[in-house]
Amino acid sequence: MAAPVLRWSCVGKRWVLACIDGGSRHGRGAAIGFTSRRKRGQSSVAQQPLITAQKSRKGEHEWAAVVGLEIHAQISSNSKLFSGSQVHFAAPPNSLVSFFDASLPGTLPVLNRRCVEAAVMTGLALNCRINKKSLFDRKHYFYADLPAGYQITQQRLPIAVNGSLAYSVCVGKKPSQVSTKTVRIKQIQLEQDSGKSLHDEPRSQTLIDLNRAGVGLLEVVLEPDMSCGEEAASAVRELQLILQALGTSQANMAEGQLRVDANISVHHPGEPLGVRTEVKNLNSARFLAKAIDFEIERQIHELENGRKILNETRSFDYKLGCTMPMRDKEGKQDYRFMPEPNLPPLLLHDTASLPPGADPQQVINIDWIREQLPELPSETREKLIQQYGMLPEHSFALLNEVGLLEFFQNVIKETRAEPKKVTSWVLNIFLGFLKQQNLTVNESPVTPSALAELLNLLDRKAISSSAAKQVFEELWRSKGKTPSQIVSEKKLELMQDQEALERVCHTVMEGHPQVFLSLKVMDVKRGNPRAINKLIGLVRKATLNRADPTVIKKILERKLSS
Amino acid sequence: MLGRTLREVSTALKQGHITPTELCQKCLSLIKKTKFLNAYITVSEEVALKQAEESEKRYKKGHSLGDLDGIPVAVKDNFSTSGIETTCASNMLKGYVPPYNATVVQKLLDKGAVLMGKTNLDEFAMGALGSDTGGSTRNPAAHCGVVGFKPSYGLVSRHGLIPLVNSMDVPGILTRCVDDAAIVLGMLAGHDPKDSTTIQDPVKPFTLPTLADVNKLCIGIPKEYLVPELSSEVRSFWSKAANLFESEGAKVIEVSLPHTSYSIICYHVLCTSEVASNMARFDGLEYGHRCDINVSTEAMYAATRREGFNDVVRGRILSGNFFLLKENYEKYFIKAQKVRRLIANDFVNVFNSGVDVLLTPTTLSEAVPYLEFIKEDNRTRSAQDDIFTQAVNMAGLPAVSVPVALSNQGLPIGLQFIGRAFCDQQLLTVASWFEKQVQFPVIQLQELMDDFSSDFEIEKLSSVSLKQ
Repeated sequence: MAAPVLRWSCVGKRWVLACIDGGSRHGRGAAIGFTSRRKRGQSSVAQQPLITAQKSRKGEHEWAAVVGLEIHAQISSNSKLFSGSQVHFAAPPNSLVSFFDASLPGTLPVLNRRCVEAAVMTGLALNCRINKKSLFDRKHYFYADLPAGYQITQQRLPIAVNGSLAYSVCVGKKPSQVSTKTVRIKQIQLEQDSGKSLHDEPRSQTLIDLNRAGVGLLEVVLEPDMSCGEEAASAVRELQLILQALGTSQANMAEGQLRVDANISVHHPGEPLGVRTEVKNLNSARFLAKAIDFEIERQIHELENGRKILNETRSFDYKLGCTMPMRDKEGKQDYRFMPEPNLPPLLLHDTASLPPGADPQQVINIDWIREQLPELPSETREKLIQQYGMLPEHSFALLNEVGLLEFFQNVIKETRAEPKKVTSWVLNIFLGFLKQQNLTVNESPVTPSALAELLNLLDRKAISSSAAKQVFEELWRSKGKTPSQIVSEKKLELMQDQEALERVCHTVMEGHPQVFLSLKVMDVKRGNPRAINKLIGLVRKATLNRADPTVIKKILERKLSS
Repeated sequence: MLGRTLREVSTALKQGHITPTELCQKCLSLIKKTKFLNAYITVSEEVALKQAEESEKRYKKGHSLGDLDGIPVAVKDNFSTSGIETTCASNMLKGYVPPYNATVVQKLLDKGAVLMGKTNLDEFAMGALGSDTGGSTRNPAAHCGVVGFKPSYGLVSRHGLIPLVNSMDVPGILTRCVDDAAIVLGMLAGHDPKDSTTIQDPVKPFTLPTLADVNKLCIGIPKEYLVPELSSEVRSFWSKAANLFESEGAKVIEVSLPHTSYSIICYHVLCTSEVASNMARFDGLEYGHRCDINVSTEAMYAATRREGFNDVVRGRILSGNFFLLKENYEKYFIKAQKVRRLIANDFVNVFNSGVDVLLTPTTLSEAVPYLEFIKEDNRTRSAQDDIFTQAVNMAGLPAVSVPVALSNQGLPIGLQFIGRAFCDQQLLTVASWFEKQVQFPVIQLQELMDDFSSDFEIEKLSSVSLKQ
């Protein structure tokens, strides 16, 4: 992978629900002066974002923040929503543009069946009611990357409504303190993506790439049921996993397949909601959380200083860590919505309403799609907990990385090692190596079978755990070798020969009389553990790490007390 | 030969009395002689001759593609034609050469038709000529003494037709007789995967049955169409036609379409709104006219659109955008849609009461002289011109204007038949029967050309005599 991809969790964290790495990168945000001004004893907004839970200062009201989200997920499909053009990320500019995408006069939209099925599937997975009749509308605005001067969307009657999304957030300091929350889903609508404008400032030109113009989007509208950046980021993360499990969107935020707009307002509990601002185009979960928390702080600061919040559109400057009004969104926009006259109503069926003898190519049956729903992430996690006695946070961690769960399951299939051991190896060592080298699971040089074999060797005590780590490092470096080969090449197998071990112990003790004597003087049982550990270390060194330390300890203790 | 019907010419081609190339050349020379009429924006001479040559080869080998093979056709300049400039008579699209054919154009070419060129219209077909959005096929047909047929909405593909009002536009068919219109409809009708508003059911080519008698027919005469502005001549031909049906055994009854009077104003709101939306794409970025101003994208849009559109188009864009504003949407657009539904229901009710076909005038009077015509502003003009025709577009019904007779001034007058949705064949069958009874004279442009020199004055048109 050429460019580093922004990932959800960062190196060193074994699993992450949605703990955003808070205080590390505040940048020049302090220049704006809000986060530093508040004397609330928190070094970072993100680590303690539940504003409602905070105690108010003397004479001050409490503040509650309300956050709603509009999420645009690019539908994973071969062709665009209304035209036959292919959909590819990073294709040469304007190479995937049909006459319709370029809005040549006289061209007409033809709805892509796959996109409709993706919308229905996503709606079902998010517990929505699927509208058997939905409508398309035109939303008008002039923009260089919107060739028709309008976007076809579903404003009046969207394809799915009234759903819900459950997600988990950490509530305490420990990762195991997890709380499940639910956000209502207002609607899911099908709509067209726009093209891309590339501003060439030195030449004061704008270049237009229409490859993205007309790609199918699912707009998922989350009700304002969230109260901080972390909750919003967790909800988005869960949605991302669901979309990926369904295959309805690749939902890669760095590639723009998942884009989030956040609506934020603050108010005093018990009072009407405040005026909201919209922060647009947030393209990473970390920035989403940061932008929301910044905006909450900013609004509170404005209101506490007697100023008003404007209903405006803002953007997040990730370098400065703050939100700013968007210049080109100034002034009132009237989208002049109008029914799309070139598309008849979108009609869906269920088995009960299916017209007899209907051509399966012409109708979409909601019940068939429901039957094809794959296992959702929450179900997968529950299964992991039930089947392997796994900790909830470990089940989250396994699902957090694309392909990691499959890797884990393949290892489990081929090894006799305990699931706990496998979990620990996959999440600690394997994932750690991946993170360090910025690789995806698919790019790993170590296969599941290799790790399974290694764990088998460890399980039957053929090697020590420190030797196992050595073998793993070797596996990572030299592709194609099996763990057993490495073990024998490097002579890492544990010494099973008791007599030989006794001899080594004896030699070591004789070679280090001072240590031996100091131990002999004291009662070994209460004795100096450092001293005996030193001896164990020396014996292991003498055996080139091939001795099991517990066996050595036993021999040494016997020899000392004899 | 140029005055004959499609079927006659087709027979002559099959029998070798004339070759496609000869026919094409005759057409081209007539187009040149009538250039002063400004009927064509583009004459595609080279392409036409090449297509005629291909057709000739097919006839020689005995591989004719059917009745349309070698038949000269013209297409209005708002239908996209691959490789041939398509302008909508607008500066905005000057020099725009579409990379594809409209479905109807492609279907005509697939059947061997020879495309002579692109005919004139007022900008984006916002007036009396063009495809049929409010009557623009039937009105000119009535004034010119030919058959003008507007099929049911959804029967013929709009793909490639540069839209005026998507929900009302229909490709119209202009021919010398009803039978020819039926032949062309048979070639054009049917589902188009590129137009989601076309019907799914397959449509087979058909020939019109000859109606032996009209005993079982019920003809409706909508009383609301008897307006004070209707000329006495048209009114008298209308009642003569009703009498003809009655005397031949049809049941002729007066019917009511109570919401007729609201139709024009409602049409105006819906039409301008869709126009405002459809014209949003003409921003000078992807194709068509672009101004020289480049201080900002917004400034470029504004200047491009100011230079590219005429007053009528800009006027409609402004009013359409006004109707679509959030604060006005309910009051105008939604209300107009409701009225549209009432108008459509009027027709449904009448047809449900047992009426087979409605008989109405097509226009208020015969064609008015040019100097008279340009006195009124576009809005008034279209309100007058479309008075009897646009309600049909609002309801999506099929309708056909059939020439009946010449006025005292010697100008053609047409009457309109309106049928049930997707009962286009029944409608044309009745129209064809009527056509046979009235025996309208064939217009002989050739003779007209012999009589007048090329510096012919437009004013004299009103006194052109037509061959009986």
